[in-house]
Amino acid sequence: MDLYEYQAKDLFAAHGVPVLPGRTVETPEAAAAAARELGGAVVVKAQVKTGGRGKAGGVKLASSPEETQEKAAAILGLDIKGHIVHRVLITEASDIAEEYYFSFLLDRSNRTFLAMCSAEGGMEIEQLAVERPDALARIPVDAIIGVDKAKAAEIVAAGKIPAAVADQAADVIVKLWETFVGEDATLVEVNPLVRDPQDRVIALDGKVTLDGNADFRHPGHADLVDERTENPLEAKAKAKNLNYVKLEDGQVGIIGNGAGLVMSTLDVVAYAGEKHGGVKPANFLDIGGGASAKVMADGLDVILHDPDVKSVFVNVFGGITACDAVATGIVEALKILGDEASKPLVVRLDGNNVAEGRRILDAANHPLVTQADTMDDAADKAAELAAKTGTTAGA
Amino acid sequence: MAIFLNEQSKVIVQGLTGAEGTKHATKMLAAGTNIVGGVNARKAGTSVTIGGKDLAVFGSVEEAMKETGADVSVVFVPPAFAKGAVVEAIDAAIGLAVVITEGIPVHDSAWFWAHAVANGNRTRIIGPNCPGIISPGKSNAGIIPADIAGAGKIGLVSKSGTLTYQMMYELRDIGFSTAIGIGGDPVIGTTHIDALEAFEADPETAAIVMIGEIGGDAEERAADFVKANVTKPVVGYVAGFTAPEGKTMGHAGAIVSGSAGTAQAKKDALEGAGVRVGRTPSETATLMREIVASL
Repeated sequence: MDLYEYQAKDLFAAHGVPVLPGRTVETPEAAAAAARELGGAVVVKAQVKTGGRGKAGGVKLASSPEETQEKAAAILGLDIKGHIVHRVLITEASDIAEEYYFSFLLDRSNRTFLAMCSAEGGMEIEQLAVERPDALARIPVDAIIGVDKAKAAEIVAAGKIPAAVADQAADVIVKLWETFVGEDATLVEVNPLVRDPQDRVIALDGKVTLDGNADFRHPGHADLVDERTENPLEAKAKAKNLNYVKLEDGQVGIIGNGAGLVMSTLDVVAYAGEKHGGVKPANFLDIGGGASAKVMADGLDVILHDPDVKSVFVNVFGGITACDAVATGIVEALKILGDEASKPLVVRLDGNNVAEGRRILDAANHPLVTQADTMDDAADKAAELAAKTGTTAGA
Repeated sequence: MAIFLNEQSKVIVQGLTGAEGTKHATKMLAAGTNIVGGVNARKAGTSVTIGGKDLAVFGSVEEAMKETGADVSVVFVPPAFAKGAVVEAIDAAIGLAVVITEGIPVHDSAWFWAHAVANGNRTRIIGPNCPGIISPGKSNAGIIPADIAGAGKIGLVSKSGTLTYQMMYELRDIGFSTAIGIGGDPVIGTTHIDALEAFEADPETAAIVMIGEIGGDAEERAADFVKANVTKPVVGYVAGFTAPEGKTMGHAGAIVSGSAGTAQAKKDALEGAGVRVGRTPSETATLMREIVASL
């Protein structure tokens, strides 16, 4: 889960990383009040989970509460790369002497962690990595040994952070490591990490990605989920514990078991769709390894209520999952949904107990359900049905 | 021969007495796996009867190895305790630890990987979040259904479990020397490259299928390895051409950020290394069939 800047900074503060005081607000009036409380000049910052806020007009300086209110009014509701701004962070405006870059992240290729540090912060890191690769130090971090003051000093030196603030920067980096490990993050990024005229080192911005697999040891992380920005179908799926991702411009609803097979199913449907007016997959939904009738019913419930969906492709290879359970799930789900189920389903079952699964579907003889023998045939059939039913196919 | 797992393998199950452990131990035994015991510190000294076979429960991996000569462990321990279980297997220096558990925090898997490296990589780790490894007709360590395909001359390595099953099913008439699901997590033990290297050296393997998916650069690195080191024919498949950027598709590792890790980049890299890449699982199987026919 990606966090907002204000959430990231709250975690930083909890681990002793210096940040500027700030207030997160949702209305221009509250923004003015926050500016009054903080006193002096402030920065109004859009809270969105994407980069490039500054360029998009999402970050503004304000010298009075009145101006803060004005600037907040302009930023709230802004669409930044498809993200609507619902909140702004009001922070003290700081005097900046220099801007640095710092991050801890997972290095998949080397199966370890990585610290990245540069005295040239402020700009997009991808840009820095391309234009000035030598200016970006990459220091591997052993997961067991971690980062102590000495390791932090090594990172600071490699990043060519000026000697005058090297010690302060190293202290901040140790605390960022504590945040990274303590919160089970896969990314902790500070850009910029600033030096102020008093030689203090402060995290002016913050980007944190948390590992959902570690939620069991961080009950507090549940509070960081922002229900409002989730797609309503995704929110509904999450409430049912389904692994669902809504896709743009799709017409064929997809249900399958196993992340790899479902991704493959999306591709096969997209290829088949090329022959049927360009229909595309409408979602990713993985019902997992041990799919039960209940999970199948929940999945169909979500997908059949997606107005974009014109046909549904259920693609299951029963490994642990038994095809008869999947078939029963489909039949039960259609019974529960009744008249609400009005879209054709193409079902391809193979593997564990497939004969019984196919028999159950044959016996139910539901008018909306068609069976197919192979993944390719099923994809073609589902795409064809979506093209026939849909009016927006190819749009 | 097969790779990593064969008829001589003596297998223990960490988490044998749990629901998942018991269920899959039953299936592994039915597939001919020589399971010699289980590990559960709280039930040490007891025994369980699974599939008509009495299996002793030991207090630790080390004890189980000493008593039974086990050289493979299959881990079904829940996520919160998986790190401890894998570290225990590494400390006992068992030859192979197959970690089936899904949902292990990445800080935990990075930790046990670092621990394995610090101990000289005496323990090969497969997974986590994987279906395991099967050498059909010889042994099955994990949850891959043994009845999909029999023994044959194809070696298979895949990030995805269900695509492993799908591909085994597509090529069931030819059969497999060994099929390995290496798992889709961001940190895994055995990689595509490890499997390719072993298949290249395995006289029972004549051709290799490699299945990848979006995220990371494992497939690109594997392509470089194939180009430099693999003489046997390799066929590839990559899932996730239509996956949008920045969305996690089930596997924690299956996320595309920026231009790296896209399916197209992986396909291009593989084809650049002389690997024939199918657009769909069935097309991939067709390519393999052509290759096997020409051998």
